[in-house]
Amino acid sequence: MFPDSFTVSIAAPINAFVDWLVITYGDAFEKITGGMLSVLIPLENFLRTAPWWYVIILIGLVTYGASRRWTLSVGLMALSFLMGVLGLWDEAMQTLALMLVSTTVAVILGLPFGILLSRSHRTRLVGLPILDAMQTLPSFVYLIPALMLFGLGKVPAIIATVIYAVPPVIRLTDLGLRHVDREVLEAADAFGATPLQRLWKVELPLALPSIMTGINQATMLALSMVVIASMIGNRGLGQEVLLGINTLDVGRGAAAGLAIVAMAIVLDRTTQSYARRVQVTHGRVGNDA
Amino acid sequence: MSLVTFNRVSKAFGTRPQEALRLQRDGVSSPDIRKRLETTVALAETSLTIEAGEVFVVMGLSGSGKSTLLRLINRLIEPTRGSVAIDGTDIGVLSKQDIRTLRRARMSMVFQSFGLLPHRTVEDNIAFGLDIKGLNKSARAAAAQEWIGRVGLEGFAQAFPHELSGGMQQRVGLARALATGADILLMDEPFSALDPLIRREMQDLLITLEQELGRTIVFVTHDLAEAVKLGSRIAILRDGQIVQIGTGADILERPADDYVRAFTEDLRRLRG
Repeated sequence: MFPDSFTVSIAAPINAFVDWLVITYGDAFEKITGGMLSVLIPLENFLRTAPWWYVIILIGLVTYGASRRWTLSVGLMALSFLMGVLGLWDEAMQTLALMLVSTTVAVILGLPFGILLSRSHRTRLVGLPILDAMQTLPSFVYLIPALMLFGLGKVPAIIATVIYAVPPVIRLTDLGLRHVDREVLEAADAFGATPLQRLWKVELPLALPSIMTGINQATMLALSMVVIASMIGNRGLGQEVLLGINTLDVGRGAAAGLAIVAMAIVLDRTTQSYARRVQVTHGRVGNDA
Repeated sequence: MSLVTFNRVSKAFGTRPQEALRLQRDGVSSPDIRKRLETTVALAETSLTIEAGEVFVVMGLSGSGKSTLLRLINRLIEPTRGSVAIDGTDIGVLSKQDIRTLRRARMSMVFQSFGLLPHRTVEDNIAFGLDIKGLNKSARAAAAQEWIGRVGLEGFAQAFPHELSGGMQQRVGLARALATGADILLMDEPFSALDPLIRREMQDLLITLEQELGRTIVFVTHDLAEAVKLGSRIAILRDGQIVQIGTGADILERPADDYVRAFTEDLRRLRG
């Protein structure tokens, strides 16, 4: 038995802190909510109201742009079509909108933190345990405060998804930057590049394959959050799974699960084939010239 | 006034550089210093001058400090003691901004494994130094075109480095260094990674270009034949110290000590 006199309750102070946040910065959080919704809602409306074939052609173009392979592009279009055939088109579009916004936010946040982490040994010493915590902390733990701060629905779902999906972007940006050829860096210095020129013209382009792998992993992790996100009122494929579980409707859950897998394949192949392409060709990517 | 002046320059790498230099001066051997202080003396009390327009070759085995010496000239490495001056100005006192300006205007560098940007075409690699200087796109393209011709890379402007052979890649590296117009060219074993035949081709190309351009070249190599072929003067480095400086003929005919003599043996025998 652990003596009671040694225990410290951290629950009460944390509760007080969250209450204080809600009261003091409520307006600020509402602004963040508004900002995110102003991006998510138009995107979601577009995807849901546009004709299905229009969206599928768009997916085909994006996947072709990323992979430069028609066969892959056609296959992914067929998978997108399958989501409609399963009767889950509308839900899939809601989930896709959430995925796109969450992944974009994860990249926007992850890149600068990844760069910061790569700059010194000390930032890495502090940063890595935080990333470990973000990935191992059960998502419900931060879902509850997110709910209190941002209200029910889409925004806390984005926040929770971003917290879960951002670590690989940070890690692989850091990794990519650390593995840039030393002689190439020396060349940049020898020609008188400023630290910013070196970052933009040399380090980030050379780290791009690794960064793309991070983005690929982020999309996969984001997708694995959809069911949890549906528990706080986010509609879409996750909600279908949840309803299937709640009503013991195995078939309904399976159909939604299949659609999630289909979407995962589309997102995975698209980002992965782009990552592979920049790695193999070292093509003119991230280059202003 | 000499273009480059080394005034008793020492460099030690590791946790206790000053102590290492003190031991070195007291005659403790390099391996002993390394064992005691986990610090390596790369260059010790080196003084030399390099004149404008000459090809100054620094020769030594690996670990002799020749790459360190080269990098002290553009301050990629800071000296532990002593000073390096360009045109009589101590570069150690320059601010970060000023040293960048100096590098952009007056120095460029060629590397052993080329150091090219894999995501840029030959043309954009050659224009890299000009890009850093802030030249606009058309000026960069014009300069790159000229140098593509002069180093014999016609038809490869849009190729990527990984599509080229080693010799071709180093032509890109050479063109990149020359294109900035810098008057001091630092070359760190530029041809060591190439096959013997290609190496000779590149040496001849460098000699031709040097005759046209008359730039100052500091050339690091471990190959005595290359040193004698290219250098107007040669400095032989051993354990961070200069053993002999002189023309190729000086070194072959009047080696300063047994170490240099051993070095030159093969080449003298070949020449008969």
